[in-house]
Amino acid sequence: MQNTTWVPLFPEQASTFAWQVDALYFYLIAVSIAFTIPIVAAIFFFSLKYREKEKFATPEEMHGSMVLETVWSIIPFVVSMTIFLGGAIVFFNQYTPPDDAMEIYIVGKQWMWKAQHETGQREINDLHIPVGRNVKLTMATEDVIHSFFIPAFRTKADVVPGRYTYLWFNATKPGKYHLFCAEYCGLNHSGMGGWVYVMEQRDFDNWLSGNVSGQTPVEEGRDLFTNKLGCASCHAGGPAQRGAKLENVFNTDVKLVGGGVVKADENYIRNSILNPASQVVEGFQPIMPTFKGQVTEEQLNSLVAYIKSLSPNAAAAASANTAAANKPVAKPAANTAAANKPAAKPAANSNK
Amino acid sequence: MQTQDAITPGYAMRPKLNYLNNGTTLKSWLLTKDHKRIAIMYLITVSLFFMMGGLYAATIRLELLTPASDLLETGTYNKVFTQHGILMIFFFLIPSIPAVLGNFLIPIMIGAKDLALPRINLLSLYIYWLAGGMALWALMQGGVDTGWTFYTPYSTTFSNSYVMAVGLAIFINGFSSILTGLNFIVTIHTMRAPGMTWFRLPLFVWAHYAVSLVMVLGTPVIAITTLLLAIERISHVGIFDPSIGGDPILFQHLFWFYSHPAVYIMILPGMGVISELISSFSRKKIFGYEFVAFSSIAIAVFGFLVWGHHLFVSGQSMYAGMVFSFLTMVVAVPSAIKMFNWAATLYKGSISFDTPMLYGIGFMGLFLIGGLTGLFLGAIGLTVHLTDTYFVVAHFHYVMVGGQVIAYLGGIHYWWPKMTGKMYSEFWGKISAMLVFVGFNLTFFPQFLLGYQGMPRRYAAYPEEFQVLNIFSTAGASVLGIGLVMPVIYLGHSLIFGKDAGDNPWLLPGLEWRTTSPPPTENFAVMPVVTWEAYEYGEESGLDVEAAKRRLAVEAAT
Repeated sequence: MQNTTWVPLFPEQASTFAWQVDALYFYLIAVSIAFTIPIVAAIFFFSLKYREKEKFATPEEMHGSMVLETVWSIIPFVVSMTIFLGGAIVFFNQYTPPDDAMEIYIVGKQWMWKAQHETGQREINDLHIPVGRNVKLTMATEDVIHSFFIPAFRTKADVVPGRYTYLWFNATKPGKYHLFCAEYCGLNHSGMGGWVYVMEQRDFDNWLSGNVSGQTPVEEGRDLFTNKLGCASCHAGGPAQRGAKLENVFNTDVKLVGGGVVKADENYIRNSILNPASQVVEGFQPIMPTFKGQVTEEQLNSLVAYIKSLSPNAAAAASANTAAANKPVAKPAANTAAANKPAAKPAANSNK
Repeated sequence: MQTQDAITPGYAMRPKLNYLNNGTTLKSWLLTKDHKRIAIMYLITVSLFFMMGGLYAATIRLELLTPASDLLETGTYNKVFTQHGILMIFFFLIPSIPAVLGNFLIPIMIGAKDLALPRINLLSLYIYWLAGGMALWALMQGGVDTGWTFYTPYSTTFSNSYVMAVGLAIFINGFSSILTGLNFIVTIHTMRAPGMTWFRLPLFVWAHYAVSLVMVLGTPVIAITTLLLAIERISHVGIFDPSIGGDPILFQHLFWFYSHPAVYIMILPGMGVISELISSFSRKKIFGYEFVAFSSIAIAVFGFLVWGHHLFVSGQSMYAGMVFSFLTMVVAVPSAIKMFNWAATLYKGSISFDTPMLYGIGFMGLFLIGGLTGLFLGAIGLTVHLTDTYFVVAHFHYVMVGGQVIAYLGGIHYWWPKMTGKMYSEFWGKISAMLVFVGFNLTFFPQFLLGYQGMPRRYAAYPEEFQVLNIFSTAGASVLGIGLVMPVIYLGHSLIFGKDAGDNPWLLPGLEWRTTSPPPTENFAVMPVVTWEAYEYGEESGLDVEAAKRRLAVEAAT
């Protein structure tokens, strides 16, 4: 936060959503004032003008007015529908990550946020991201529900046990912003947070190269798949293999035993590792053992990343190496657009 | 004697025995079937719970005076805000107006001797006591730290506090709510006096009819939810915990399916009280009576369809979120209708500013802010930012405290002369009402700003830039605290030293004002026959205006 004012009334705008959420906020403030002024004025005016002149007076009787009732039912309804529409449009943007986003894996646990970049760098309670790039967080939790909240980006999403949830944003201004856990998660809930560092692309590249770690998620996943967990003995044997084929499966529809169809997304892969018997692919026996309790959330992320990498067509869209196609989905605020480099340069450490 | 002429002759004859002195032993209270005595026992109990909840609130505000968690350890703070919420919601707000004022007044307002099921009414009090006792026991054993929302899997798997004991207390307490609601529905259907048609009912009764429907239909769901929670915690059947095959979001759906309608349990009775206050102190029939009555029913019905707006960022699907946002916006309409009709009731009235009316007007201001900020939180794209921040905390305090608590206090002041036969100090009453209004706004308005700035709720420690607004909030809470303690003193004082209130101090037409103060055990000496419309202040309602004026003149002379 570069400008900590005396009484901060307003958080910084640092993502492409920020101006949209703020515009909605100001619209609602305007609506509130437009309703408050006539009602409060009427109460004040009537209170003064019709103050009792003698005790126990009997003012003339009135029963109401159909016209007035209709008017003050329809006007609030119409206004509330405009608010609904505005909210729905902004929400649609917040909920729909673009295909070209760079992915970061987030794991929440009591009481810290762990992040892992596609290039292997890990951090705790900090998150470094480049400015002007679409970033998509794939989030899981090791224990209870948490919520990943960056006020300056005007967005948050709960992280729910047993599944992946997603959050995306496009930061518009370099700086250091609060990261909070917004869903109560026990003893040290208020300490579960840190900072999001938004950096110019060049600084981000420097940061990446200064923090090289051993394995990328895909490499770690391959290691788990072929060596540590032995998945490969069933899932990588060519035409005769016992387990379902994993190549080019990501984001396709898979037929299940029993007749259902499911999209093989991250949650499906995750569930198939932890509860293999629950959604068996057509043509296979439910013989796979569960890996529940044997893999950590971070290892799961790596396995999912590796299995995604086996589907180059589908995974390519989500790869960091396609940043050249990056365009902000929503128009950034005018004053921050200048600082928003097109970020056409591919990330320095690619891992094809 | 001098009060006799202010009321319709025949109904009230000033019997020696009223409900308070008809039997003075402890047993005569504990085994009473009189709805008025049961209401008084509820009044005492909910007041104790309110004070305890208030002490927790004071502790929270003191802790938040500084950014670090220095007054309390974070674990203690977590218990304090959890217990503040549980006591205030389940043991104060939900029973407050229905069990105290509703219990006391509904039979009198409809011209009945008692509720339809007096023994069930006593049973509901005992269930409430049992549940309250259990909750207090659990708090003394070590308390609970899950937040009043009990979100899984924290509450089922991770919390080492007394979740089961408190859950059981809430489970049991639900039966008290259900029985009270059932009793009101049966009573309003079957016990109305001759001539008391549905559209002659005071709006207070309409509001309680609506709230009773919610109590009867909604409360079983929280009972089921706590039961499922218990099954999972005790026998590890996977219901909510994903590691054993459950779904944590299912808990949120079930919890809010009750707890959102419960929000309307906590505001509809308040709206009923305000309709009475606004009409009585402007001496005007409520503008658009039918619209105000049916808007209560509409709020109760739509209240069941909006629970998903608590789950906007919980991982429910995008379209589910949009549908719930739409339905939430629709609920704004009946609330707006009420506001406009209350304001229009003042038009061409004869408005006096006695203490209850100050609460009534205060309610209109605070509920306006509470309702409008509800629109902010219903706008789904904006709420992604606001959920779980202090904006939400401020919003629901504006509705719960600015709405229900203010209405409850207004109602207590309004019917105090009827319930006790004594009049409190009008001077201190007005001072207290104004302190509550100012203190409340100073406490909670800064929290809207904190919330937009991004301060999450349930934080024992917070970044330094939030401190200034937190200091405002704590300062306001001190003023609010003083304003809330004062009524205990001057109302208590009035019981012994207060002057005789008379049967109908404000010359009002409602049936409760046509019996003696305090009312006799049977409520009316002669069963009333209603020949007038609701809120008729003129001659046709049978009020003797001239006699009441003569009484005032006599009082002024002596």
